[in-house]
Amino acid sequence: MTKETVQSEHLLQVQELKKYYPVRGGFFRRKVGDVKAVDNISLELKRGETFGLVGESGCGKSTAGRTIMRLFKPTGGKILFEGQDITELRGSGLRDLRRDIQMVFQDPYASLNPKMMVGSIVSEPMINYGMGSESKLKDEVMELLKRVGLPEDAYYKYPHEFSGGQRQRIGIARALALKPKLIIADEPVSALDVSVQSQVLNLLKELQEEFQLTLLFIAHDLSVVKHMSDRIGVMYLGNLVEVADGEDLYKDPKHPYTQALISAIPQPDPRNKSERVILSGDVPSPQNPPTGCPFHPRCPKVMPHCSEVKPQLKEVNRDHRAACLLYE
Amino acid sequence: MSSQDTLLEVKNLHTGFNIDGRVHHAVKDVSFSVKPKEVVCIVGESGCGKSVMSLSVMNLLPKHNGKIDKGEILFEGRDLAPLSEKEMNAIRGKDISMIFQEPMTALNPVLTIGYQLDEVLINHTTISKEEIRRKSVSLLKQVGISRADQIVNEYPHQLSGGMRQRVMIAIAIACQPKLLIADEPTTALDVTVQAQILELIGKIQEEVGMAVLLITHDLGVVAEMADRVVVMYAGQVVEETDVDRLFYEPKHPYTKALLESIPKMDEKRDVLNTIEGIVPSLKNMPEKGCRFVDRCPAAMDVCREMDPILGETDKGHAVRCFLYEESFPQSSDKRAEVQ
Ligand SMILES: Nc1ncnc2c1ncn2[C@@H]1O[C@H](COP(=O)(O)OP(=O)(O)OP(=O)(O)O)[C@@H](O)[C@H]1O
Ligand SMILES: Nc1ncnc2c1ncn2[C@@H]1O[C@H](COP(=O)(O)OP(=O)(O)OP(=O)(O)O)[C@@H](O)[C@H]1O
Ligand code: SF4
Ligand code: SF4
Ligand SMILES: [Mg+2]
Ligand SMILES: [Mg+2]
Repeated sequence: MTKETVQSEHLLQVQELKKYYPVRGGFFRRKVGDVKAVDNISLELKRGETFGLVGESGCGKSTAGRTIMRLFKPTGGKILFEGQDITELRGSGLRDLRRDIQMVFQDPYASLNPKMMVGSIVSEPMINYGMGSESKLKDEVMELLKRVGLPEDAYYKYPHEFSGGQRQRIGIARALALKPKLIIADEPVSALDVSVQSQVLNLLKELQEEFQLTLLFIAHDLSVVKHMSDRIGVMYLGNLVEVADGEDLYKDPKHPYTQALISAIPQPDPRNKSERVILSGDVPSPQNPPTGCPFHPRCPKVMPHCSEVKPQLKEVNRDHRAACLLYE
Repeated sequence: MSSQDTLLEVKNLHTGFNIDGRVHHAVKDVSFSVKPKEVVCIVGESGCGKSVMSLSVMNLLPKHNGKIDKGEILFEGRDLAPLSEKEMNAIRGKDISMIFQEPMTALNPVLTIGYQLDEVLINHTTISKEEIRRKSVSLLKQVGISRADQIVNEYPHQLSGGMRQRVMIAIAIACQPKLLIADEPTTALDVTVQAQILELIGKIQEEVGMAVLLITHDLGVVAEMADRVVVMYAGQVVEETDVDRLFYEPKHPYTKALLESIPKMDEKRDVLNTIEGIVPSLKNMPEKGCRFVDRCPAAMDVCREMDPILGETDKGHAVRCFLYEESFPQSSDKRAEVQ
């Protein structure tokens, strides 16, 4: 990657991204179909903002995150990072990119090497990128551990000696070690209890300001996503169906799926039991997605042509886009 | 209280596990009651003893290391704790049913859905053989399964998570139980499917006229479903009251902090309230004193010295906290009882 810094407003631009997984079957393990995990996603992240990606299990959030950081090769579409096309990046270019984009995972335990001391876990990426030896980096790592709220002696301990919330702090420290420009946090608090969840959410917000991070925050819990994000993208079956400012999305959701999703979230207020939109059925398989609008088999506002025409993400209001034929 | 107003009364329940030769109490002095047709929610964070409490009621504790040490579980006035396996079998599935978080573990993977439903009906009812399958199909329809006549011949793995939970509910209500214990029935499901299942539980509860003991860690689910709420922390009940007072007049410092630590859709806050630290593990429970003391913003010296007792501050509102003990009408007698 050439190092001329294109100071575009956008740190990341994703255009019509697709990622299909092959389905193999039969005696010869031949490809018999595709799981269209990410079918069409276009989004931009401004520098320093938090973009929340929300949707139900299997809608392709993790696949999107991993494809954006180029753990996978996209099936189609384009990814621009700081204005550079990274879609086809390989070798040393990809290695440089990995330094700028880091990931925080849902299951902190599975993502940390159980045989390594926390100090080594956090310094490993720095050593890999030639920033010094473990002993030389020690003060810096200690400082980082302190910054994410871990006790002094954490450096010499092993992951199993920590609670879930503390392990997530270790994962965050490791992700921060290389001073990345973009952090992709994939369900970073989904495995945590509420009282610990709020600790980690607060920490992420503080760090973001302090290090001027751009954050792609992936989660299935819309309340959490809304708390964290400036803008939110709602995914359904591999497609981005709505993108808006968090407050707008909540107050004035345009897509029937977003409307149902918001109304399905039980609110912690017994005096406010709003009428629910109860969707029928389950999410269809991404291997055989419905024709036309992917939401049409469950949509309470379905129209006859919804099964034939696939809606595209279009501006409905200012800075508010939705993919629904109601607005075409 | 006469047995007419109470269906289930759990009194001073202590359930312990034998870990490395020592008994640790996962449930310590839990008391609460459920009235007929009432929905009571038990809410608390992971590891606070919700499941152990419900397994104690059902007499389903792991035999090799778990045991009820003390207390009574009165169901319609009869203590279930000392009952034999055979006596409990007659009650389980008939008077009291239970559904779990992961329906796959409760369903038998090699038997058809229909077979598993038929079995409950055969064991607990006198419905004739010819009628049984028809009843099974109608139960599946009642829980909103559309292709019921085909589904009876399918196996659990052929169904989605939401459908499996519907099947579990069908099995649980097959004999019109008086009490349904649902342990995190929607935690593994997506929100839109959770909404379907919660609505179904509410609908069935009215149709069958049963009481529901719903266990959850989600305060949104509590607000949506509960008549009354029991808040647990580290194996104990710390607060118990009706749903409105729990959300609008919470008393226990833990309940208050918990309510303030969840992000809410309809408000914008920069910083969430947090509860410092974590729930102590079973082996690290303080020997005496309040179990919340290390995380409590209001902790006092006495909180480390003595165990707070659960008492009523107002009618129908009980708290376990020294901040309120003076206002317990029966405080001195209760204290005497404990000491
Ligand atoms: N390596 C893989 N091979 C084949 N299919 C996959 C693979 N990874 C994911 N999938 C499928 O792709 C779809 C999207 O999965 P993905 O993990 O991206 O969803 P998600 O939105 O992150 O879900 P969750 O909320 O459960 O984490 C799912 O149907 C999943 O089964
Ligand atoms: N079979 C067992 N042997 C030893 N300890 C156990 C056993 N089952 C549960 N425990 C312990 O008892 C305590 C209470 O566990 P329980 O499963 O009741 O929590 P819970 O409130 O249901 O949590 P969750 O929300 O995670 O389901 C925990 O500390 C747990 O580790
Ligand atoms: S395009 Fe049609 S089916 Fe799809 S969300 Fe809009 S109204 Fe519903
Ligand atoms: S008893 Fe003391 S430590 Fe426990 S909750 Fe009340 S004030 Fe806090
Ligand atoms: Mg995922
Ligand atoms: Mg449990």
